[in-house]
Amino acid sequence: MYMLKNVLRNLSASPATRSYPVEDREPFPAYRGRIHNAVEACIFCSSCAKICPSGAIVVDARGGRWDYDPFLCVYCSACVEKCPTRCLKQECTHRTASVDKFVVSKRGTPPRAKKAREEGSKGQKAPAGQE
Amino acid sequence: MNRTTVIPFGPQHPVLPEPLHIKFVVEDETVVQAVPQLGFVHRGLESLVRTKDFKQMVFVVERICGICSCIHANCYCNAIEDMLGVTAPPRAQFLRVIWSELHRVHSHLLWLGLFADAFGFESVFHQFWRIREHVMDICEATAGNRVILSVNVVGGVRRDLTPDQIRWMLEQLNELEKGVLDMSKTMLQDYTVQERTRGIGVLSKNDARLLGAAGPTLRGSGWACDERMRGYAAYKELNFVPVVEQDGDCYARSKVRFYETLHSLELIREALHRLPESELAVKLPGNPDGESVFRVEQPRGELFYYVRANGGKMLERMRVRTPTFANIPPLLHMLPGCKLPDIPVIVLSIDPCISCTER
Ligand code: SF4
Ligand code: SF4
Repeated sequence: MYMLKNVLRNLSASPATRSYPVEDREPFPAYRGRIHNAVEACIFCSSCAKICPSGAIVVDARGGRWDYDPFLCVYCSACVEKCPTRCLKQECTHRTASVDKFVVSKRGTPPRAKKAREEGSKGQKAPAGQE
Repeated sequence: MNRTTVIPFGPQHPVLPEPLHIKFVVEDETVVQAVPQLGFVHRGLESLVRTKDFKQMVFVVERICGICSCIHANCYCNAIEDMLGVTAPPRAQFLRVIWSELHRVHSHLLWLGLFADAFGFESVFHQFWRIREHVMDICEATAGNRVILSVNVVGGVRRDLTPDQIRWMLEQLNELEKGVLDMSKTMLQDYTVQERTRGIGVLSKNDARLLGAAGPTLRGSGWACDERMRGYAAYKELNFVPVVEQDGDCYARSKVRFYETLHSLELIREALHRLPESELAVKLPGNPDGESVFRVEQPRGELFYYVRANGGKMLERMRVRTPTFANIPPLLHMLPGCKLPDIPVIVLSIDPCISCTER
């Protein structure tokens, strides 16, 4: 019986939910959304790939390639916090649903020539060094 | 003549969308025996400690259970911190309490809804889930995610609360509390609710102890036993009192959870008002070495972590004991003798979280 008042109130009130695709809520500014790499500033240090708990990022330091699989990513933002150049950003909007899986692949120029001279010749994935 | 019938319950069942299978041997409408079967969703998360480093493991342990992710991470981080000999800074300790309690509130509200659904009170179910959106919004706005908060790291927390956020949270908490209080008469005095829950699935005080019940199942049977009383994180500085009920039936357990929701809201408010100033995380002095155990209170009861490390980046072994696992023997004790339509109510009254039990 006690619920009756509530039920009647809800019956005459507007719905608690939004009509979603038509009406969208502003995302919270702190929301962990899509990962974006401003690749011009990326130094291909592989820090993000190393910290990523789900292995969503693969960095090819030699070829200057940064691959990110949004379907493996768990949106924890560990990579964003680790990135030394702050080129990795997390936006507050989320990716929309997709029919196909894909990998976001970005290409840039690694500061390889300069680095290689400074650090001597190391292995392929050397620039990141040992933690 | 043998008049018993066997009725399977789960692993797919409308009231419990979790893979728990119980074979009920019934005689007419009365259950005479309950035989459980577990192990449908083993994910091997514990063995991941050997392939992920101990800082990455925080994100893995959070995924053991969706509904109390932050509390799992809290327990794991505390266990590693103990091993490393560091303590999280005071502000981090308070923030951990705030997010843990938010998780408890949303878990209990979810449960109260599901419980109402189990005894067929759909409007209560929807009302609780509607109120719950406030907590989810708070989580999303402060931590960045609705469910898997990812705020804990070994040594502290990763996110802070600004004064504006605190003010907004307090407003939301008031709304939330109003909503919960609005439901108090229905949950605590309604004739229909009492008829379906009172005197059903009784677990006596002695049995609760002997069978090793945990959490609200134990406290509903009259034991004031709550890990938060030990005062881990910032609980020692807050006004925490365990909620205890004496009857040991489904109604008592739902009362415990209802009052705990309100008490958690109080704890969050108190913690928000008294949030001390300090840094958010301490620097770690290297890799963990040795053994460590830690216990915290989950919405469902005591959560236990054992970790062993050998000084490397990866841990050697991790063992998790979840409260639902502890609550299955008491559940099997409550079921025989009950009527068939009461099964969903009794099974839900321990708040089973099977994915967390099977990792
Ligand atoms: S951590 Fe930053 S700079 Fe380094 S590879 Fe990743 S995105 Fe590039
Ligand atoms: S957000 Fe987390 S899971 Fe996603 S790429 Fe970054 S570190 Fe990996």
